[in-house]
Amino acid sequence: MLSEALLEVKNLETNFYTEEGVVKAVNNVSFSIGEQETVCIVGESGCGKSITSLSIMQLIPESGKIENGEVNFAGRNLLEMSKKEINRLRGNDIGMIFQEPMTSLNPVYTIGQQMIEPLQEHLLLSRKDAYKKAQELITLLGIPNSEKIINMYPHELSGGMLQRIMIGIAISCNPRLIIADEPTTALDVTIQAQILDILRDIKKELNTSILLITHDLGVVAEMADYVIVMYAGKIVERGPVMEMYTNPQHPYTKGLLKAKPLIGERKESLFTIAGQVPNLAELSDSCYFADRCEHRMDICLKKHPELKETSANHSVSCYLYEGEAVR
Amino acid sequence: MKQYVLQRFIQMIIILFGTSFIIFFLFAMLPGDYIDSNLSLTPERAQELKALYGLDQPMLQRYFTWLGNVFQGNLGYSLKHQESVTSLLNKYVWNSFIVALLALFLTWTIALLTGVLSAIKQYSLLDGIVTFFVFAAMSFPSFFISLLFIKWFGVDLKILPVGGMIDTGSNSTGFAYILEVGKHMILPVTILTLLSIGSLTRYFRTGMLEVIRQDYIRTARAKGLKESVVIFKHALKNAILPVITLLAFELPGLFSGAIIMEQIFNWPGVGRIQLESVSFRDYPVLMAFTLFLSCLTIIGNFLADVTYAAVDPRIRLK
Repeated sequence: MLSEALLEVKNLETNFYTEEGVVKAVNNVSFSIGEQETVCIVGESGCGKSITSLSIMQLIPESGKIENGEVNFAGRNLLEMSKKEINRLRGNDIGMIFQEPMTSLNPVYTIGQQMIEPLQEHLLLSRKDAYKKAQELITLLGIPNSEKIINMYPHELSGGMLQRIMIGIAISCNPRLIIADEPTTALDVTIQAQILDILRDIKKELNTSILLITHDLGVVAEMADYVIVMYAGKIVERGPVMEMYTNPQHPYTKGLLKAKPLIGERKESLFTIAGQVPNLAELSDSCYFADRCEHRMDICLKKHPELKETSANHSVSCYLYEGEAVR
Repeated sequence: MKQYVLQRFIQMIIILFGTSFIIFFLFAMLPGDYIDSNLSLTPERAQELKALYGLDQPMLQRYFTWLGNVFQGNLGYSLKHQESVTSLLNKYVWNSFIVALLALFLTWTIALLTGVLSAIKQYSLLDGIVTFFVFAAMSFPSFFISLLFIKWFGVDLKILPVGGMIDTGSNSTGFAYILEVGKHMILPVTILTLLSIGSLTRYFRTGMLEVIRQDYIRTARAKGLKESVVIFKHALKNAILPVITLLAFELPGLFSGAIIMEQIFNWPGVGRIQLESVSFRDYPVLMAFTLFLSCLTIIGNFLADVTYAAVDPRIRLK
């Protein structure tokens, strides 16, 4: 931790009630984000990364329910707040950026109309001042012709531009935390780099913390201070970024790092982790990764291992790192 | 935008001509006419009358005569009522119009509110109740529900008149007259509203349900906007886009009259004139009225397209 925690998630559990049964999308997840820290959550699709971030903002779809846990932001539990208090926080203290910039903006309102909303709502700016601030934001994000852009509709802009606008909306009220849910996934590579640069600049300028959700380990290496690896709704390993790359411990983390292509390295085909993510509605008592793990032991099939600290700030949930007595 | 409107306008004119052509020929090709159906005429007299009304001329020539008259505002002469079609329709169409307009207004307002409400509270008790009543109202045949209401409110409770547009023998004027007509309108308007509210509520509900799952609604919430702003500003504008077409189709409906309702409530509307014209083969009236409604449909469509372009920026560009 760089300093005291700004956001602290404790034993968060979010379940979805579907026809197939209860889906445990977020299963006893705990982590914290310090002031000005960038925390990345990685994992493959369907492992509960996005739902974790949406649970913090309480924006999960209607079939889902936050069943347990605490989300403490600046000392207050968000899950116990009234709707009004949550609304005051959203877009103001916590800004959020989504995966799909093309569908994340309302098609029937102009960029300007959508940018001034949080400014008027939270900072109580007049319409005129809000428009002025919106123009400044657009310029700040490196889009020329801000006075023209502001009157355009979302379909007239490219994905990269729209994502910048989304970032502009997220940072407009000087938030203390930005949650970015796969902000670069829908964009092509050159634009990805630009967006990441913007996020890094903003962090420096506004002194915000960032919670970055991604499945791209390249993005993690570039951005993160601290990394959380999720698998099937649970945290399997977490630690400082350098530790994670030099000393990964969980077999899943190791697999992910092996699967990452390296520039200059020639290979017939990339490494893959055999098997698939288990169906979250049909989880057994075993370690959720047991099916795909090359180090599987008998105990792995009996009980899911707990997250235990192996070195400073580095925890892993795997029996390989527990004493003989447990095995 | 200007070019788009102009283009649609020119299209509209061409379609209007095509429609007038089809209407005329369909009616002209129907076997028999007002004179043929009158068996008391001698063949010589029938021939004389046909010549008088121009029915013995070739079809194409008759079409252009008819079209030329239409342009001069002369829609023909009713054979049954022995007066010009324009003045005949003008006398009755507004009676139908006031009922239809009020019913339309009520239908849309109520359907909008209940549709949105049952969408944001999907599967709740409220949604269930609204859905039940909406379907119940829609499922009753109009004659049945009309007669039931006449019995309840007109005969049993005696609070509303059983039919007509004014009290029998009444010669009230001014405000008293308006009040009297208003009182007679309550039942017809209520029934028309009940009958059409169902489908529209479902339209609004479905449209809204689709929209509130969209990403931009999540964005709006993430910005910390109030739920009412999210629903009524961000969701509603998107949800009503597809319904604009429906509103445009209501335009001819405003003037077409409600045949069954007018019959039951003895309302002097244009629906009854139509029915009579069919049985008496009063083709000039039917033709004029069909043309009138076709024009309204086409104009309604044109207005829908222009409105679409005005509210949906994605269409404006194309």
